[in-house]
Amino acid sequence: MNGRTLTTTLVTAVLLAAASGARAGTTLNTIKERGYVKCGVSDGLPGFSYTDEKGKFSGIDVDVCRAVAAAVFGDSTKVKFTPLTAKERFTALQTGEIDVLSRNSTWTSSRDSALGLNFTGVTYYDGQGFLVNKKLGVKSAKALDGATVCVQAGTTTELNLSDYFRAGKMKYTPITYDKSDESAKALEAGRCDVLTSDQSQLYAQRIKLAKPGDYIVLPEVISKEPLGPMVRHGDDDWFDIVKWTLFVMVDAEELGINSKNVEDMKKSTNPDVKRILGVEGDKGKDFGLANDWMAVVIKQVGNYGEIFDRNVGKGSDLQIERGLNALWSQGGLQYAPPVR
Amino acid sequence: MTDAHPSRPDLPPASAIGAFGWLRRNLFSSPFNIALTGLASYLLYLTVPHVLHWALLDATWSGDSREACQANGGACWVFIRANFEQFMYGFYPEAQRWRVDTALLLLILGAAPLFVRTVPNKFKVRWGLGLLLVYPLVAFVLFKGDLFGLRAVDTSRWGGLLLTLVIAGVGMTAALPLGILLALGRRSQMPAIQTLCMTFIELWRGVPLITVLFMSSVMLPLFLPVGVNFDKLLRALIGVTLFQSAYMAEVVRGGLQAIPKGQFEAAAALGLGYWKTMALIVLPQALKLVIPGIVNTFIALFKDTSLVLIIGLFDLMNTVHNATTNPAWLGFSTEGYVFAAAVYWLFCFGMSRYSQNLEKRLHTGHKR
Repeated sequence: MNGRTLTTTLVTAVLLAAASGARAGTTLNTIKERGYVKCGVSDGLPGFSYTDEKGKFSGIDVDVCRAVAAAVFGDSTKVKFTPLTAKERFTALQTGEIDVLSRNSTWTSSRDSALGLNFTGVTYYDGQGFLVNKKLGVKSAKALDGATVCVQAGTTTELNLSDYFRAGKMKYTPITYDKSDESAKALEAGRCDVLTSDQSQLYAQRIKLAKPGDYIVLPEVISKEPLGPMVRHGDDDWFDIVKWTLFVMVDAEELGINSKNVEDMKKSTNPDVKRILGVEGDKGKDFGLANDWMAVVIKQVGNYGEIFDRNVGKGSDLQIERGLNALWSQGGLQYAPPVR
Repeated sequence: MTDAHPSRPDLPPASAIGAFGWLRRNLFSSPFNIALTGLASYLLYLTVPHVLHWALLDATWSGDSREACQANGGACWVFIRANFEQFMYGFYPEAQRWRVDTALLLLILGAAPLFVRTVPNKFKVRWGLGLLLVYPLVAFVLFKGDLFGLRAVDTSRWGGLLLTLVIAGVGMTAALPLGILLALGRRSQMPAIQTLCMTFIELWRGVPLITVLFMSSVMLPLFLPVGVNFDKLLRALIGVTLFQSAYMAEVVRGGLQAIPKGQFEAAAALGLGYWKTMALIVLPQALKLVIPGIVNTFIALFKDTSLVLIIGLFDLMNTVHNATTNPAWLGFSTEGYVFAAAVYWLFCFGMSRYSQNLEKRLHTGHKR
């Protein structure tokens, strides 16, 4: 039994003891009484959750929290952010220190089951990729045979890298670094030809280089890292609210509703649009929320495309392509069930 | 030229005095020292110009965005300037920051009499003890609010240098008295107290601080009933204080052991009880002896506060790290960490100088 299994077992054992005390169906009431949503975010990850010079939180993960607050209170500011380290994040959610965990966590089977937590959807389809200097003339990861690769030590990234090259019968020389800053410097100094990490982070690494324009992220993604928010087991009503907050934002983008035109769209004749904006039907009652909660989320936080662009996409410093995160109708994976 | 002073044979030759003489005595006194001097100069030649260019000559000082720094190759101090307020106060609401400033001002005013030499010692002791009891309360009310019409500021919003100083300050002021009690307890004649203190000290000294913090933040909540959470900062403060008090106890015990038996006997002959013996005869001498050890522990504590970053508290170190993840300022982590190092150094050096000054005034070195 290695250390990790031991930890998981320990945590599970404690949780089983704690789970008996969990109160089903009351999360929403507790939050309403308290007056704000407690949301766990990252302790600093470019584009996902970070603070600006004024200490204001921004990022995709942060916007998910705001959207949940908008859904519950009709006010996206009624949220308290708790920055968590990777080690604390699950405990914080399990023990009720936070209501939602929105902290770039990869959706895996063990996290979805043994931890006593549920993933509510995918906010960002991430995956491991490669960053190379344009000078190399490499257009695809398949042409990387014999390359020297910079990689962060002791991460699953290292493992994925070895698997990928072995599967393609290619050779490579790994150079491991402890910090992402070091590996970026190594790539710049020419110590390695390629830098590998999760794609979302490669774009952040690229900004750190002196001439970001000289480097490109290769199209191949060699691992699946779907990132999403999490809630505790045992309260399906709350699970539904968080899950559908995300779905609504994706649906809104598909229907062409955004934060600017949401009021005009209320006059639309499209029944899908009418339902999502609460003009028709009572979609709020099903969730125990106000009838126009979906419209409020879109108005105050935006649709999925707006959130993506503003935090990591075209409207941000990171300039990440939509890629896998484009709508399903545009060749991506973002697909949400209909509001009906 | 063999004799520089033909008219003054009583003076040493010119080669032995002045700048030249100093150089010869200190840098070129033997072939080995000449080699060492050469090597050191070469190393300085290799590094100093780079550092100077990076930190000063090629550095960018003005502007308000990363673009301003792109043209020059050196350090981007604009990053520090733009984030300076955050480094000092963390997420403390901007409109309420005057409260932190007020608390600092009160501390300076309150502590000032202690540093004036003409103030009688007796007054200093009373004033100091009073300050120790009153100031933490005043500072707590000012920082936390929710009283006297001050807006409540949750501890999760305290950050930056403010949080570093809060943790270090609480740790120091609580660990010293606790450590003294533990040290006395460990030397006690009563087996129960002795065993208790010894177990406490060995237990807390035997685990790394990082584990203590980690337990307090990750494991402890699992053992509490669901929904019961007590403040993360408070948990960290308790952890740091208990941990440091164990170290402090051993430092103080070192001082207690250095006090000759005659002192205890003399106190007993005067008819003093245990507490009076300790408070009036033994501790004043013992604590004076171990000032270097105490300050050493304080300095270690001050630097250890940066470990709270692993439990997601935003002290100076973590605030700097956090600012480097802002996409608008990616790539300036070196500047950030250099700044943090400078601030830590400034405080530790200050403490060290103050302790030397204290030792000199109390003549603990016995002028050897």
